Amino acid sequence: MTHARTETEITLKVNGEPLHATVDTRLNLVDFLRSQQGLTGTHVGCEHGVCGACTVRVDGRIVRGCLMLAAQADGCAVDTIEGLDESGVLARLQQAFHRHNALQCGFCTPGMLLTAADLLAADPHPSRDDIREHLSGNYCRCTGYQAIVDAVAEVAGQGDPA
Amino acid sequence: MKLPAFAYARPDSVDAALALLADDSRDSRILAGGQSLLAAMNFRLSSPDLLIDINRIDTLAGIDHTDGVIRIGALTRHAEVMASPLVAAELPLLARAIRDVAHPAIRNRGTFGGSVALADPAAEMPAIALACGATLVARSTRGERRIHADDYFLGLYETALRSDELLIAAEFAPHGARPWAFAEQARRRGDYASAGVAILLDDAHPNAPARVALFGVADRALRSPAAERPLAGGAPDAAAIADAAEHVCDGIDVFGDAHASAPMKRHLCRVLTRRALHAMTARAEP
Repeated sequence: MTHARTETEITLKVNGEPLHATVDTRLNLVDFLRSQQGLTGTHVGCEHGVCGACTVRVDGRIVRGCLMLAAQADGCAVDTIEGLDESGVLARLQQAFHRHNALQCGFCTPGMLLTAADLLAADPHPSRDDIREHLSGNYCRCTGYQAIVDAVAEVAGQGDPA
Repeated sequence: MKLPAFAYARPDSVDAALALLADDSRDSRILAGGQSLLAAMNFRLSSPDLLIDINRIDTLAGIDHTDGVIRIGALTRHAEVMASPLVAAELPLLARAIRDVAHPAIRNRGTFGGSVALADPAAEMPAIALACGATLVARSTRGERRIHADDYFLGLYETALRSDELLIAAEFAPHGARPWAFAEQARRRGDYASAGVAILLDDAHPNAPARVALFGVADRALRSPAAERPLAGGAPDAAAIADAAEHVCDGIDVFGDAHASAPMKRHLCRVLTRRALHAMTARAEP
């Protein structure tokens, strides 16, 4: 596609469902998911990639939804917290988060879960330092982080990853 | 604030991208990882007329080792550099530095070429290119050009790349057997550096030149001749390390910023140089 345009058509999968949409080229992925798809579980915080609230999964990898254009998701498989919740892959982490009070307002939580799941998929038994390192790009204003690390560490100490 | 309007093109070949870049009737920018460009556009600090999305040009990504040269394609994601056994074995200074670049989600999209093309003064990758004496390969409709890192970083976000040139790759000589040192200070994990030092030594013979690159302290990554002199020969003793550290910012116009004043940055450079070199010495001990 070489013709330059300000609107473009995209064909992608969102949470396993095939989707076809026409988007402004300036629409970023997280805004597309929230406003055009009603998937408001992913949040918008800093809009420059630092806070991690907009974290989604694209083709299996976590990315910042605020730093990707919807146009760039053409041909991709996007997973949000809604889809990952429904599939059950986050269940152990979610239960551990509840047990450890690892969420209060919940704004950072979807990003935290996706990032923690990303860590555990690559390394089922990370150390606390590894957990802190991997979650360093997800900011929480409520909990002070300790409970979040405790929750992930609990799952990390169990047999199989979440 | 949301992105301003722009025209968007997604060429599927380098030649198609270059043809778009060659059209100077409008202000176009290359969209690679987008981790810096889209952030700037979110804040309307940048409003190009046209974004040329090169993410589908697969030939621009990948790391290979051919004829003694390690070539990192410009579109190679930071995550791929970080996971590469070739980089770990043959470019350990790069393998160390990439761990301080941002965060996992950023590294999954951000690219080596994007970092070097933008040349943020506080970024790690430009300093690594400089410390390693890498060659940057640029291409336009006019042909291909090879630019040594020493001639590449010219000023604040200013590189030797011309407006119609696309960075294709960076080429490195393997340095797996050579002493190296790296240290960075950032306020938060993954932040741009308040100050940083990347050092590659050569212990092949007593006068073998050292390369010391500083980042986060000036308008671009730059070398420290005053630190390089005592580190020639690649096997510095404690006195040489102290000498390099004490003089690392001599002759360098250090810029203060929101994170640290110029005197603070000078202090950080001295401390980081000393710590990095002592860590290097400790690694070499059996």
